[in-house]
Amino acid sequence: MEAIKFLEPRASVVARRSAIIADLVDLLPRECVVHEARELVPFETDAFVSYRRLPLAVVLPTTTEQVAAVMKYCNRYGIPVVARGAGTSLSGGAIPQEDAVVVGLSKMTRILEVDPANRTATVQAGVTNLSISDAVSPEGFFYAPDPSSQLACTIGGNIGMNSGGAHCLKYGVTTNNLLGVRMVLVDGTVIDLGGKHLDSAGYDLLGLVCGSEGQLGLVTEATVRLIAKPEGARPVLFGFDSSDAAGACVADIIGSGIIPVAIEFMDKPAIEICEAFAHAGYPLDVAALLIVEVEGSEAEMEAMLKEIVAIAGRHGVRTVRESQSATEAALIWKGRKSAFGATGRIADYICMDGTVPLGKLSYVLEKTSEIVERYGLRVANVFHAGDGNMHPLILFNANDPEDAARAEEAGNEILKLCVEAGGCLTGEHGVGIEKRDLMRHQYSDVDLNQQMAVRAAFDSEWLLNPSKVFPLEGRPAA
Amino acid sequence: MTLTPHNEADAAYVIRNAAAGGTTLAIVGGNTRSGFGNAFACHDTLSSSGLTGIVDYEPAEMVMTAKAGTPVAEIEAALSANRQMMAFEPMDHRGIMGTTGEPTIGGVFAANASGPRRFVAGAARDSLLGIRFVNGKGEIVRAGGRVMKNVTGLDLVKLLAGSQGTLGFLIEVTFRVLPVPQTVETIVISGLDDAVATQAMAVAMAMPVEVSGAAHLPQTVRGRFLSGRLPDGEATVLRLEGLEASVSVRAEKLTAAMAVFGEVSRFGAEDSRHLWQQIRDVAPYAGTPQKPLWRVSVAPSAGHQLVAALRLEAGIDAFFDWQGGLVWMRMEADPEAELLRRYIKALGGGHATLLRAPEQARAVTPAFQPQADAVAALSARVKQKLDPAGIFNPGKMAGA
Repeated sequence: MEAIKFLEPRASVVARRSAIIADLVDLLPRECVVHEARELVPFETDAFVSYRRLPLAVVLPTTTEQVAAVMKYCNRYGIPVVARGAGTSLSGGAIPQEDAVVVGLSKMTRILEVDPANRTATVQAGVTNLSISDAVSPEGFFYAPDPSSQLACTIGGNIGMNSGGAHCLKYGVTTNNLLGVRMVLVDGTVIDLGGKHLDSAGYDLLGLVCGSEGQLGLVTEATVRLIAKPEGARPVLFGFDSSDAAGACVADIIGSGIIPVAIEFMDKPAIEICEAFAHAGYPLDVAALLIVEVEGSEAEMEAMLKEIVAIAGRHGVRTVRESQSATEAALIWKGRKSAFGATGRIADYICMDGTVPLGKLSYVLEKTSEIVERYGLRVANVFHAGDGNMHPLILFNANDPEDAARAEEAGNEILKLCVEAGGCLTGEHGVGIEKRDLMRHQYSDVDLNQQMAVRAAFDSEWLLNPSKVFPLEGRPAA
Repeated sequence: MTLTPHNEADAAYVIRNAAAGGTTLAIVGGNTRSGFGNAFACHDTLSSSGLTGIVDYEPAEMVMTAKAGTPVAEIEAALSANRQMMAFEPMDHRGIMGTTGEPTIGGVFAANASGPRRFVAGAARDSLLGIRFVNGKGEIVRAGGRVMKNVTGLDLVKLLAGSQGTLGFLIEVTFRVLPVPQTVETIVISGLDDAVATQAMAVAMAMPVEVSGAAHLPQTVRGRFLSGRLPDGEATVLRLEGLEASVSVRAEKLTAAMAVFGEVSRFGAEDSRHLWQQIRDVAPYAGTPQKPLWRVSVAPSAGHQLVAALRLEAGIDAFFDWQGGLVWMRMEADPEAELLRRYIKALGGGHATLLRAPEQARAVTPAFQPQADAVAALSARVKQKLDPAGIFNPGKMAGA
C-alpha cells in the first residue's frame, strides 16, 4: 500500500519563503503571522494524524478584510492556500503542504448577531459549533447539526465539510441549516451568498460552496438557521439478537412516520468496548444495540416511545431500557458518546464514514466483518443508523507499519463496498486526502471532470487546498 | 421544432449536435412553469416528456428515483399509495401561470419549486439526493447518489436544482420522501394586522411545538381560501402535523399562547389539507394572468415592512407565507421592479422573481433579482463550465 501523495511543492514558492513571510508580516498585524518552525508544528496535521506536512507559514486573521488581503497576495504570487478551522478534520482536509499558507480562523470567534425574530445567528467562521447553540440558548433556540467534535470544531470547518452529527436525522446536515455566507474568493474578492432570506436569486452557489472542502473560497462569516429547543428529549435502548433484526427495526421506525432525532447503532464489539469503559449498563448478551431518541413534551415523548417500543417488539427485541429520569437518559448516551474515546484506549483505530441505503445495512455490516477478518484485524461498528451513515472503527496497532497499512487497505475495501451497495464514500467527514484516490470508484471520468470544471470557475490555478478531494492524476491543466 | 428524446443516449446525441451546430435549445418538461424567467428565443425545444417512469422506489428506504419527464401526478400517486410524500410540498404553478398540461418531476427540481413547509423542512433542493443530466457538451453526468448523507465531492446536485434548465438537461432525479403525517391541524388567529401577525408567527416559531406552516392572509385574500369559511378579519394561520396524540397537545399549547394576540379558532385535518394546498398554489392570484405577480423572499421580519412601504407608492396586493418571509405580491398595473428591488435591498436583502407580467413589461424587467457584480460574474463562469456553447435556455436567467 502506497502512502497518500501530496502535490509536489512549487519550488518557486518554497524558494521565496523568507520574502513571502516578510510580505505577510507587512500585510497583517505581527501576532497574526506564524512562521517559526516550532510554532508551525501544531498546524502540520489535523485529526487524520497519519499524515503531516509543515506549511510555509500560517496566518491567523481577525477580519474578512485581512483574509481578503492574504488571498489577493497569494493569488498574485501563485501561493497555495489551505483553510483551517479547529483542525478536527478526520479526512485530512486541513493538512497543509510545504508551499502553502494556512489561513487559520481561530481568531475569528465573534458572534456577530443573534436575531430571534428571524431565527438566525450570524457568526464569524472561527466560532465553534457548540458555542452557537450556547449563544442562542437564552432565547430558547439551538443550532442543529452536532458533529461529535462540536466542542472544538468551527462553523467554517463545518461548512467546508458539510458536517452532520447524530441529530441530523430530523434536522438535516450543515447545508440544510446554512442560510448565508460571506466568503473571500481566490483573488481576494469578497462576496455574500444568501442571507436571512431563503433560496437563491440565481444559481445555488451557497449549496455548491457548502461541503467544497476549502476549494472554492474561504468562508469568513456564516448566517445559520436556528430551531426552537424542544421541551425535552428521551432515549430508549434496545438490544437485539442480530444486526438484521436491528436494521429491520430501524427501517420500520423510520417508515412509521415518527421522526426520532437520532437512531444510533452499536454492534457487539462496540457494546463491549463501550460498556467496559463507561459502565452504562449495556446488555452484553445481545448482538446489536439501538439507541433511539425522541423529542417533545412529556405527553408527546410518551406517545412516540410507546409506538417505537411496539415496533421493536415486532422485531423480537430482547432488551428494552426506557429512561425514567435524566440520569438514566444520560447513562444510555454515556456509552455511545464515549465510543471513540473508549475504542482509542484499547487500540488505535481508523474511522470510516461510508453511507449506504437503509436496506443494505445488515448486508454491509456482514461484509465489513468479513473484510476486516480477512486482514486479520478487528472492527467495531458505531453509527447513525437512521440515515445509513456507517462508522466502522478498524482497530490496529499504529506502531506496526504493516498493521497500519492493512487497516488502511481494509478501510478502502469497505468504502468500495459502500459504493457498490448504492452508497457513497463519505457521509459527513469529507474526502480530504483520505478518500481522494477512491473517488474514481464512485464517479466516472465525465462526472469528476464536470466537478473539476466547476471548481475551475472558482479557482482555475488550483491554489485552494489543492491536494484534496480530486485524484492528482487526470486533473485538467490550469 | 420540438425534440423529444426517449432515452438518455438520444438526449445526449441531440445535445451534442446542437452544441456542434450552435443550435439553442429551450428546455421544457410539462411546460407548466416555463413562462417565468426572462423571455428568450431558441432555435428548438428540447422536451423531457419522452423520459418517463419511476425507476426505483423503496418505500422502506424513503427514496425514489424517477425519469425527469415523469408527471408529478404519477409520482404523488405512487407515494400516496404508501402514505409518503415530498416534504417540500412542490407547488403547482398552473393556476397562477395560466398554463395547462402536466407538471413533471424534472420541472419541480429545475425550478426548485417548494411550498409552505419549505421554511422548516427545506426546499426541493434539500430533498434532492442525486441526478443524472446531460451537460451542454452532450455528456451524461451523474452527481450525488441515493443516500441522505453524502459529502463526496462537489455538490452539483444543489447547483442544478433551481437552475431553470440553463445548466443541464435533467434526465433522472433521486429524492428523499417522508411519511405523510398522521394528522394535521390549523390554528387560525383572526384580526391581526400584518405587523402584529408577523410578531405572532415569530412567537409561534420560537415555541417547541414544531409549527410546519406559518402564513398570514390579509383581508383582501382571506375570502379566497376555504370558500370563504375562514373567520372574519385577517387570518394568521399556523399548521401542526404529526401523531394525533402529539398534535392535540401542541395545538392546546399554541392556542393558549396565541390567544394573547387575538381570537383563535381551529380547523381539522381535511380543511387544513385544503387550505395549505391553496396557500401553496397561491390560489388568490390564480386566474388573473395579466396582473404582474412577484414571488419575494426576504427575512421573515422584513416581509410586512416591504409591503407597507410599497403600498404607499404602488397598487399592490399581497399575502405572506414562511413566517412572513415569502411574499406573494400582485401588482395592479406596472411591475414596479426597480422600486420593489430597491426596498428589498434597504430592508436587508433578499430577492424578487417576476413570475408573470404582460409581454411588454416582461421584455424590460429582469425576471430574477440582479446579483452583485462578482456573484454574477462567478455564476456566468459556472454556466460556461456546464454549457460552454451557451445552448440551454440562453438568457433565461441573468448572465446565463
